[in-house]
Amino acid sequence: MHYIADAFVLALKLIFTGDAEVYGITARTLEISISSTLISALLFVPLGCLIYFNNFRGKKGLISFIQTCYSLPTVFVGLLVFLAFSRAGPLGVFGIMFTPQVMVIGQVVLVGPIVTGLAISALSGVSPAIRETAISLGASRFQSVWAVLKEARFAVLTAVMVGFGRAISEVGLALMVGGNIRGYTRVLTTAISLETGKGEVALSLALGFILVALALIVTVLANRFLRVKEADVAQSRAPTS
Amino acid sequence: MLKVERLHHSYGKAQILKNIDLGVERGEVFVTIGPTGSGKTTLLRLVGLLERPTSGSIYFEGHMVDNSERHRLEIRRRLAMVSQKPAVFNASVFDNVAYGLRIRKENGASLRDKVMNALETVGLSGYERRDARTLSGGETQRVALARAMVIKPELLLLDEPTANLDPVSTSHIENLITDIIRKSDMTVLMSTHDMFQGQRLAHRMGVLIGGEILQTGDPREIFSLPQSKKIAEFVGVENMLGGVIAASKEGIVDIKMDGAVVEAISNLGVGEQVYACIRPEEITLARAKEPTSARNIFNGEIIRIVLFGPLARVEMDCGFPLVALITKRSAEEMNLQTGNRIYASFKATGVHVIKK
Repeated sequence: MHYIADAFVLALKLIFTGDAEVYGITARTLEISISSTLISALLFVPLGCLIYFNNFRGKKGLISFIQTCYSLPTVFVGLLVFLAFSRAGPLGVFGIMFTPQVMVIGQVVLVGPIVTGLAISALSGVSPAIRETAISLGASRFQSVWAVLKEARFAVLTAVMVGFGRAISEVGLALMVGGNIRGYTRVLTTAISLETGKGEVALSLALGFILVALALIVTVLANRFLRVKEADVAQSRAPTS
Repeated sequence: MLKVERLHHSYGKAQILKNIDLGVERGEVFVTIGPTGSGKTTLLRLVGLLERPTSGSIYFEGHMVDNSERHRLEIRRRLAMVSQKPAVFNASVFDNVAYGLRIRKENGASLRDKVMNALETVGLSGYERRDARTLSGGETQRVALARAMVIKPELLLLDEPTANLDPVSTSHIENLITDIIRKSDMTVLMSTHDMFQGQRLAHRMGVLIGGEILQTGDPREIFSLPQSKKIAEFVGVENMLGGVIAASKEGIVDIKMDGAVVEAISNLGVGEQVYACIRPEEITLARAKEPTSARNIFNGEIIRIVLFGPLARVEMDCGFPLVALITKRSAEEMNLQTGNRIYASFKATGVHVIKK
């Protein structure tokens, strides 16, 4: 019991004295997760639009498949990325195994389905009348899609934030394809896992607090956006005079 | 300006529009009237290029609208549509009205001026920063009108613009539409199920029932000379008496019904099965049989008197049912009561004859 309390005090000390190790790892984690989230948003929100606004055979099946991929095990994605980028793999020529780059690629794969699926849900929450209104006022196809996307902005932003939450908190993939190299690919989750194994509980705890704090900030922001949206909806439903 | 030729439209097996032919001249207000579900909205959606017809053609300024998305967008940019229940963007009133201009790459001072002008026209000055989704039904409809007219469309499509509004908002929107039409050279194609609204706003009207245009003409013509029983019923001809032409002489016919004969003007021949249509306001009531030029006089019993506003609707049994519309004041001065016997008269020229 004594030992846990000591570790707790030490952890706070590490955070508040600006320990280089702790902040280095935090900065790298944010860099990698934010990169992968932004890339996912740029790739998969448009993909969500493409799927939502087009009718094709197997659309329902595709959406179900995407939703299934929300809970894709991170170690499985790690394995696939490992196989693809290892020296003997089809993408081995890039030679980016055990680099932050390959971690970003892995996280994009992991987060992609979430961003795509939640973007589709976000778009389907907008009344079809919005798109028709835009079209009837002279919007081109692209402009009308943009109008709907703008209408769904809060829900789309939430989708991206949920993606960020998954990217920052996963450990299996970062460990397998990043390699947990100190000062290079070591991120919060892999560091916690390693330091705990080594018995460095204070450092683990400090990193854990930061991770939880980051996750909390994301959740609070996401909820705030959601609440804004709900308040809007409630307002628009209020009886009109 | 606009021409529609042999337009058909179906949703699955349900045929919504059948063989629609329609022409609207530049600067004209053409109103399609018809009951709910008659295909009015579908017709406007097809003309507004929101949907493609199952078959048939639409011409805009003499050019047929083809299937290419580019051509359709080009034409669509010259029209604007206001729907029955307009959707507003989750943005300010200003941004809503500015939408059509922005997608046409307008900005800066000219955009601002146009939007403010449009808002002033619809009486929403000072609303520009309001969240458009917090507006009342009437205000929303005004935003939708401003949003459509700010882009100065050559053809404005209005789909039952007052169907969801209270009477005060309705008359406000009607005045606005009249104003907009007068001040600009916009051509308007509008739909309504309210025949009096059609009468107030239209230069020409088309009666759309069951997916077919049954009659087109100026409003007065449609109301006084409906061409079929369906149209007569829709435009509120309450007295439709079925009979057969028993005699015809110099353009005046005797229509024989069960136990009564009605004189009317018609060039239909003897033996034709017809309806004699008499608008309730064409019927005069009297306590005693007085000398009159009216060719048709019937004695009957008052079944019911219903008052509404300044008018009284008197239902009688003259051997056949007959409804008259008189002023409330007349009804009071004559002391009309249920059960009274009374003389109802109407002129032969007040009878419109429709073939069965």
